[in-house]
Amino acid sequence: MKIPVLRIYTIGYLLFLYCPIVILPIFAFNNSTAVAFPLQGFTSQWFVNVFHDAVLGHALKNSLLVAGSTAVLATFLGTLAARANTRYQFKAAGPLMGLIMLPMVLPEIIMAMALLVVLLSVGIPLSLFTIVLGHVLVCTPFAVAILTSAFQSLDKSLEEAAYDLGEGPFSTFRLIILPLVMPGIISAMLICFTISLDEFIVANFLGSGEPLLSTFIYGQLRFPKNVPNIMALGTILVGVSITLLALAEFFRRRGLARTGAKDTGGFL
Amino acid sequence: MSEPLKRPRFWGSQAASGLALISPTALYAILLLAAPLAATLVYSVMTDGYLTIIPHFQLCNYIGECHSQLADGTQSRDGYLGAWSDPIVRTLMARSLLVSVLVTAATVLLAYPVAYFVSFNVEASKKSLWLFMITIPFWTSYVIRVFMWNVMISRTGVINSFLQGLHIITDPLQMSFTIQAMVITLAHAYAPFAILPIYVALEKIDRSLLEAGQDLGETRFATFLRVTLPLSMTGVIAAVLIVFIPTIGDYVTPNLIGGGKIPMIANMIEKQMLKADNRALGSAIAVSAMLVVGLVSVVFLALNRRYLKGQK
Repeated sequence: MKIPVLRIYTIGYLLFLYCPIVILPIFAFNNSTAVAFPLQGFTSQWFVNVFHDAVLGHALKNSLLVAGSTAVLATFLGTLAARANTRYQFKAAGPLMGLIMLPMVLPEIIMAMALLVVLLSVGIPLSLFTIVLGHVLVCTPFAVAILTSAFQSLDKSLEEAAYDLGEGPFSTFRLIILPLVMPGIISAMLICFTISLDEFIVANFLGSGEPLLSTFIYGQLRFPKNVPNIMALGTILVGVSITLLALAEFFRRRGLARTGAKDTGGFL
Repeated sequence: MSEPLKRPRFWGSQAASGLALISPTALYAILLLAAPLAATLVYSVMTDGYLTIIPHFQLCNYIGECHSQLADGTQSRDGYLGAWSDPIVRTLMARSLLVSVLVTAATVLLAYPVAYFVSFNVEASKKSLWLFMITIPFWTSYVIRVFMWNVMISRTGVINSFLQGLHIITDPLQMSFTIQAMVITLAHAYAPFAILPIYVALEKIDRSLLEAGQDLGETRFATFLRVTLPLSMTGVIAAVLIVFIPTIGDYVTPNLIGGGKIPMIANMIEKQMLKADNRALGSAIAVSAMLVVGLVSVVFLALNRRYLKGQK
């Protein structure tokens, strides 16, 4: 029998990928302030601490506000760009799409610093709003990527049939196209929400000191006695992220099934 | 493509409709991305005036020695060195470049077999499940993932206690605060970015070419080297660039894994822009970092241009 070398390698690689998020819950329930083996015993104390932390509650509220606004704005902008790029052919599309997708590869620190310097010199005070501005920039390329595949799998004849039956462009969009790409839109919103929730660099540099989950976590990691609380918080966050992603994947697949396209793989 | 007859020519031509539709997103990107990047470029050739920028052109933020302008219009006595003349900036730049190159090499080499496995050995119906599994860790909090690596490799961390428990080692290995540790952490963080483009390129390969190779007497390995690998190079090149470019600006890993002891260029940009309030020099370092990355990317593309010919 042939040894499935590649399969074993890939499973090993997956173990490497999952290592940190598998170890996280182990320490979240470990009854010791030292994040090390051997384990001391089971406790849910860290989770209790997390639920009673007032600053954390505040940070959570801020994060949800920022992530929610970012998801809506980035998905809206992403929908427009993806639709324009898949439906119409025009010369400026290439350079403009390049600029819109640039944050995917641009080092975040450079983007954040450039934006920070300009905001300050224009005189816009830093706030949660400026974080949203930055996060929309970071998230829009991901929304465009997801929605481009949603729009690409659209059958153009459906749209033409609607025109032939006397519908205008707006009612066609509302009645035919929007329902078909809706799963893609929901999927994009969930992904943008997840990215914004976890994003650190923009939140750190474009914020006014109002805590967000990611900056709160980063700050707490400097104090060893607070680390177990962060392990508990991290466990909850990873759980939430995975749930949101599973939902996004569910909607993405449903969208593909609805338009009758072949599933070609992941989000990117 | 024929236009449907009853279609009202509401917005006019294709170009006008497309431009109108893309304009909000494009305007957003121009105002909040292109303009700030252009401003960074302009700032880098201006004079620093403590907290402000004085529109006086000079190149000393890059080469030579600069003097900040004081509030009364005179120059400060103590100068500072430009980005390319300052040995500290040069050291950090070289270190960032080294880390980026190592991370890119490690990530892409480790990722290729995974992409190959999913593309060639997994049933079509299960491919998207595998890809989903690969991308999940990537979507969880970056700060926490980086910190978890610290937990794994510290003196009392998971790996050391595991190895000591098995009596493989007696003294804990010193892994924290090293470049190797940063490379592992970043290779972990960018894994899906490398796997997905390679996977896409492998998926596009016509499987009958591989059969032809083997029918003509090549071994499986020779077929891989002479057919599969060259055809998948577009994906490898995309993976290299998509890992290499952002890695050079990583900020969290040097702080959490390097313990602040092995800063990279991003930490220097932050220091100049915020703590030292020298936005002219900070901008010059940022522009220099992008130049270095751009130059390396162009050289890399040029070296691999034969693989890109005739594609796209």
